Amino acid sequence: MKKQRSLLRSIGVGLSVVVVIVVFAYGFKVTKVNLKETRSEQRLVVLTRILRALAHPDIITYEQEEVNIEVPIYLPCPEEIITLPEPDKTGPYLVTDVACAASKEFILVEGYSFEPGSKGPINFIALSGAKIQLDNFETDANGYFQVSVQMPTRQPVVEVQHLRATARVPVGGPQFTDTAKITWAKIVETVFLALLATTFGTLLAVPVSFFAARNLMSDVKSSLASVALTIIGWPFGILIAFLANRWISELSTPLSANIGINVGGVIISPVIAYALARWALPQEELETPKVPMRIARILTLMVSAICIIFLLQLLASLLLSVGQMLIQPLGPVGFLGNFVSQVGEIVQIATPIILALAGGGFVGSFLSTYGQNLSDRLSDSYIKGINLFFAAAAGALLFMLVGAGINWFYQINDPVKIYLWPGAVGAVLGLLLAIRTAPKDALPIGTTLYFVMRTILNATRSVEPLVMVIVFVVWVGIGPFAGSLALALHTIAALSKLYSEQVESILPGPLEAIKATGANRLQTIVYAVVPQIIPPYISFTMYRWDINVRMSTIIGFAGGGGIGFLLQQNINLLDYRSASAQMLAIAIVVASMDYISSTLRERFV
Amino acid sequence: MLEVRNLTKIYDGDVLALDDVSFSVNQGEFLACIGLSGSGKSTLLRCINRLVEPTAGKIIWNGIDLTEASQDEMRRIRRKMGMVFQHFNLVSRSKVIINVLAGRLGYVNPAMSVLNRFPKSDVELALKQLERVGIANQAYKRADELSGGQQQRVGIARAMIQEPEMILADEPVASLDPVLAHSIMQYLEQINKEDGVMVICSLHFLDLVHRYADRAIALNEGKLMFDGTPEEIDDAKFKEIYGKEAERVG
Ligand SMILES: Nc1ncnc2c1ncn2[C@@H]1O[C@H](COP(=O)(O)OP(=O)(O)O)[C@@H](O)[C@H]1O
Ligand SMILES: [Mg+2]
Repeated sequence: MKKQRSLLRSIGVGLSVVVVIVVFAYGFKVTKVNLKETRSEQRLVVLTRILRALAHPDIITYEQEEVNIEVPIYLPCPEEIITLPEPDKTGPYLVTDVACAASKEFILVEGYSFEPGSKGPINFIALSGAKIQLDNFETDANGYFQVSVQMPTRQPVVEVQHLRATARVPVGGPQFTDTAKITWAKIVETVFLALLATTFGTLLAVPVSFFAARNLMSDVKSSLASVALTIIGWPFGILIAFLANRWISELSTPLSANIGINVGGVIISPVIAYALARWALPQEELETPKVPMRIARILTLMVSAICIIFLLQLLASLLLSVGQMLIQPLGPVGFLGNFVSQVGEIVQIATPIILALAGGGFVGSFLSTYGQNLSDRLSDSYIKGINLFFAAAAGALLFMLVGAGINWFYQINDPVKIYLWPGAVGAVLGLLLAIRTAPKDALPIGTTLYFVMRTILNATRSVEPLVMVIVFVVWVGIGPFAGSLALALHTIAALSKLYSEQVESILPGPLEAIKATGANRLQTIVYAVVPQIIPPYISFTMYRWDINVRMSTIIGFAGGGGIGFLLQQNINLLDYRSASAQMLAIAIVVASMDYISSTLRERFV
Repeated sequence: MLEVRNLTKIYDGDVLALDDVSFSVNQGEFLACIGLSGSGKSTLLRCINRLVEPTAGKIIWNGIDLTEASQDEMRRIRRKMGMVFQHFNLVSRSKVIINVLAGRLGYVNPAMSVLNRFPKSDVELALKQLERVGIANQAYKRADELSGGQQQRVGIARAMIQEPEMILADEPVASLDPVLAHSIMQYLEQINKEDGVMVICSLHFLDLVHRYADRAIALNEGKLMFDGTPEEIDDAKFKEIYGKEAERVG
């Protein structure tokens, strides 16, 4: 019995060894492991050449003065006796021990009166003008050198040919090569690419991380009516925001033509907006206000919001025009003007997005509160009816939006297929949900949102920035901007995940204490969560900064700008000395950024 | 007047933490809640301000049923219930004064408070509360630089700045040594006697109950075992509350 078992075990072990061997053999096959290749003579010669080129990064040159001195020579020796003319000894001159030589024969070349410390090649200059390098020389302190060179193998030629010594003397100090200069420019580009990607990625990852933290989301629960009304409210809010934006921009565009009015608007509208908001949001309030008061406040806040939209639009056009005007007069720092106008552009692009989010959020949360109030107040049978109606409407709306999205990708363009069917399916699903949930049940909407968020983040994170950049290159063209966008997107996904894990590991006590004071959700986050997560957030941001610096050095391989682009080009052109300069630069930048961030981390965390 | 009727709490995973508990507390009363650990004291206190959602039963405070209140209404109600915790639950990296001001979050304008701006009157009130518990000079230190006793005083100041009508204290002195325990209990007593604030306080030591409480209730495995004056807890009652093996100390 026991013996049998140990036999089985041995067979098992033997089989696993065989399996392992087969797996690795297959691995060798698919990765084309070929050790003979590594020892082939031809490959070794190439490798040596490349390694030597890499060891001589193209960074520094000296400006050089070149002197070419020739001496006549016959190859091969002619029939009659020949004598060479006496060299001109007023300057540097060459002397050979023989006047003629056969192919492959060694002759002695001596140089006199050269610049001390000069060096260069000795070439054989054929009748055709072809140049064959025979050797190199270097003069001593007296400007003298002596080299034994082997004559090349050539067709016999009767006429006199020449040996030429090209003496190069450095004049002036060391200089950076063009390669070094462009490498520097690209390294700067690389570092800023990493900086922008890290900054914007972090700014967006912070709010996203709260939605991906289970402990903050798990107790967000709403009644079905509230959820359904929120789903209906968002698209309407976005629509209203778009319309408002268009309407206000019709008002503001003529105003922004005049720069004086423009500046005035930028100054006055925030003051009005602030004053109105100040009135509508009193500092402290003990009692819930009455309904007319609340309506008055909402209207005031709307006017305040219109002022803010007005401000954003005027500000964008002001920054754009002022920035453009500044580029010329600022001269060498004209990029500041460009920056100002780019900020204007950002404001212009961001305004509708912010408005859409604000509008959707406002209408959504207003209707959500309304739905919650309905659920809290009304009797069960009423709520059931309300739930059925709104859940069906919300389901239909949601699925129609999804249908519209699918249509955008696949161009089906058949309203029955993209609106009617999905709408019907959504309505039925909504009805089913409403039938199945008890009227006053609180749905775990936070947990659902948490899972959706996590899924999106995980999916985004699993796409490498090097792949993302391909899409962005198509969108915004080859260059560092595409690279920053790709890196920023990956940073958002990766950091949100890391951040949200930190949020999940905070102490629950302070959270509970702040909640117990009657603070709302946002206040709880600001007062109980934020202070606890600052140190880990800083340290993860720095960690990400390190990754982004590394990533930005190679994102150029896929067209994302920065030094990688240059490096890839030089590798493809077989210009290994330039490539070496860029590799060196990458190593220095990565190492020094690593050092800086680890020092900062020690200081702050 | 607080009235708890048939309160039951079953946690996820079928833990019966409170089992049909009913009692009432009068205005201005100091009620002690005793019981072994795990008997449901913390759950009871958290059900009152609905940090924990009750499974069944009613909690009626000043005529309002708290279990029926919406989230929004509950936020407003919580402003009038200060809470003090065993482990202080201060935000340790924030300044003491910010920890105290956090008690005003339910009152102030949310938009301004998110930017860390509080009305001047609130800052003055915070300093006054810190002075009352004798640590006004520590106001601008980080909370984790303070000793345990000082941290609990910050916790009391945070509850008091809410201008509460009720204080829920969950073993407020269990992580302090006995000398400090008395000073913390004295602050609670002062709040109760001078300001007429109702205090519901869970406690471990019977001598503290005798010394400070007007009335006591006792829980055992979620069931209410006793409701009466501290003097009524005789040896028989004691064994009933704490189990047969329990030995009375102090
Ligand atoms: N969040 C929770 N989830 C599940 N069970 C819990 C939770 N909190 C407390 N309990 C359980 O409920 C019971 C009562 O706990 P608690 O109210 O903390 O008692 P006490 O404060 O008297 O020590 C214990 O059995 C405990 O394990
Ligand atoms: Mg407890």
